[in-house]
Amino acid sequence: MEPAARNAGICPAKIGEILQKYSRRKDALVAILHDVQKEAGYLSEEALTEIASGLDVPVSRVYGVATFYTLFATKPKGEHIIRVCQDAPCHVLGAKAVIEALEKELGIPMGGTTSDGKFTLEYTSCLGVCGVAPAMMINEAVYGNLTPERIPLILKEYK
Amino acid sequence: MAMVTIDGRRVEVDAGTTILDAAKKLGVDIPTLCYHPDLAVQAVCRICVVEIEGQKLLQPACAFPVQDGMVIYTNTPRVRQARKMNLELLLSHHPQDCLQCVRNRNCELQALAERFGMREIRFEHKLRGLPEDHSTPAIVREPDKCILCRRCVSVCQDVQAAGVLFPSQRGAETVVTPVFGRGLDEVACALCGQCIHACPVGAITERDDTERVWQALADPNKHVVVQTAPATRVSIGEEMGLPPGRIITGKLVAALRRLGFDKVMDTDFTADLTIIEEGNELLKRLKEGGVLPMITSCSPGWVKFGEHFYPDLLKHISTCKSPQQMFGALVKTYYARKAGIDPKDIFSVSLMPCTAKKYEADRPEMCDSGYKDVDVVLTSRELGRMLREAGINLGDLPEEEHDDPMGISTGAAAIFGATGGVMEAALRTVYEVATGSELPKIDFEQVRGLDGIKEATVRVGDLDVRVAVAHGLGNAKKILDLMREGKANYHFVEVMCCPGGCVGGGGQPIPTNMEIRGIRGSALYEADRGLPLRKSHENPAITQIYAEFLGEPLGEVSHHLLHTHYTPREKYPAVKKAVCSEAAG
Repeated sequence: MEPAARNAGICPAKIGEILQKYSRRKDALVAILHDVQKEAGYLSEEALTEIASGLDVPVSRVYGVATFYTLFATKPKGEHIIRVCQDAPCHVLGAKAVIEALEKELGIPMGGTTSDGKFTLEYTSCLGVCGVAPAMMINEAVYGNLTPERIPLILKEYK
Repeated sequence: MAMVTIDGRRVEVDAGTTILDAAKKLGVDIPTLCYHPDLAVQAVCRICVVEIEGQKLLQPACAFPVQDGMVIYTNTPRVRQARKMNLELLLSHHPQDCLQCVRNRNCELQALAERFGMREIRFEHKLRGLPEDHSTPAIVREPDKCILCRRCVSVCQDVQAAGVLFPSQRGAETVVTPVFGRGLDEVACALCGQCIHACPVGAITERDDTERVWQALADPNKHVVVQTAPATRVSIGEEMGLPPGRIITGKLVAALRRLGFDKVMDTDFTADLTIIEEGNELLKRLKEGGVLPMITSCSPGWVKFGEHFYPDLLKHISTCKSPQQMFGALVKTYYARKAGIDPKDIFSVSLMPCTAKKYEADRPEMCDSGYKDVDVVLTSRELGRMLREAGINLGDLPEEEHDDPMGISTGAAAIFGATGGVMEAALRTVYEVATGSELPKIDFEQVRGLDGIKEATVRVGDLDVRVAVAHGLGNAKKILDLMREGKANYHFVEVMCCPGGCVGGGGQPIPTNMEIRGIRGSALYEADRGLPLRKSHENPAITQIYAEFLGEPLGEVSHHLLHTHYTPREKYPAVKKAVCSEAAG
């Protein structure tokens, strides 16, 4: 996705197309949320309202689903999303120090987005790569065997 | 059928019965918290867990269906330990200031803590510091008290079809909230207060206005008048420890006088007046080809729901104000003039079974007397608090009569408080006004009872008048959707926002459940049977007010004081819109 397209919002007409693709089926809500987020970068209040209206389900329910799953964002996010595993194996093998290094290097706390809109830093559940714990993902790429020392080198590729 | 053994005793139940219901049949009381007999099963609190022979895990009795031959234990050390642990975890992030809570001594969590002898919480006590919601004049939300049982979610969505409250976030971050964390004032909430009845704790309550009433009562310059809604005369007793369904009209009047109200008059009087105005409006619509079906307008929760969800159907709603607001407009005009009191010195209080009435009284258009027509709305629960604080015991009081000139009423007005009651009252009058002959049978049994939607056809002169009655907004929605499709072939529809009608209103004593709603409703029909006058048009005080003040039904004074208009409202809260270029499409 081009950085410029992210977070620019999404027009109701485009949401209409996505709803139509799923024949406005209420049980396709999660797939619809994925498609809209892919298009817009995040799920704005306007987008969630459009989806609720198009599916004829309460907007509180759509918001409930959108906030339940960690992979959905209801606030604008950075160009690159860093997701650090918060589960036990990573924790035991030093995730805490890795997180501190990330926070220091980016100058933001967990959950934050850098002021230049480049990076968002957040937790994720197990990435399924416990063999190389501690681990994180940047966008679609997985990084394992992390140490605080490696963090600046990895981030350099994205800056 | 399934034969099961519970704590060593055998019972035969239908296959698929829950363990909870099977145990009930044996008189075994399994504790519950997120379970509510009228609502969808949630099975999230795990207070009702039981041990089943052959099953490794404990199972929730409220959701687990029995099978033939099942052997169940409800009171083993393992079960008790699990329940206590779950309670301890709930209590570790629930406020511990029960003494200051409005639900003190009427709280399901507190009762469980007492039942399980919780003397110690081993976990760190930590509150989440979630913001309270004081955005409406009717309902207050305190999410820090919420135990995430989801009963309010079920009633709001499944019963009331509003879908205002829903869990957002997940795990320890979960919060039950209106969408986007907004206040109730920003979303399509009817303010019916059914979530208050669903809530086992004090996380959702009415806005307490008792202090404003105490101050007015203590002000020597204020002439404080109270009106008593139909449904309150069969429910206030419960606030004072009496069983549901006790008719306490006369004692209620005496109690209000003891509290210091200068005049105790009756919403039932304006309920009779509503029937005259609304009945004539219906006859006019029938005669002149007006918009049909006409829908009743007494229930402010229904009106607000209609404004949000069916703005295209507002012309179907009768223009008659609710009895509360008719009374409010008249107390500061007709009564003020008759009593020789400056209306600015009148403080008008209404006793209502309803939280939405607080919102209705605050509507900007409800000032037709030139003043705020109803100054304060007290729910049944708030009056209960005032009576207890003043040490007034209903049981000790004599029966007293309402004050004139707005204190005389008929049985037709009394049944306003039960689903079908407004319809029945209207039919009694419309029939006799339209035909000029006496009704052969005064009781319209077809529109009584707790079926969600009731229909009847009544021959009035040469017209078969087709009517329908719905209570609970989910039932109303069914009729409204039919109307949108052009398939609702009715002349007249009664809609009451709350299940059971006003007897089940969001301001009524806690607990209010379907069983209690039914008992209170039956008491209103009993009150109706016991009254000498049972048709609104036979009320002599009504004849008098038309002769002295109003002129004629639907006349100029009525139009000004007794009728109103409705406002289309949004279904969704206002949101920031993306900038879209037209060319892109």
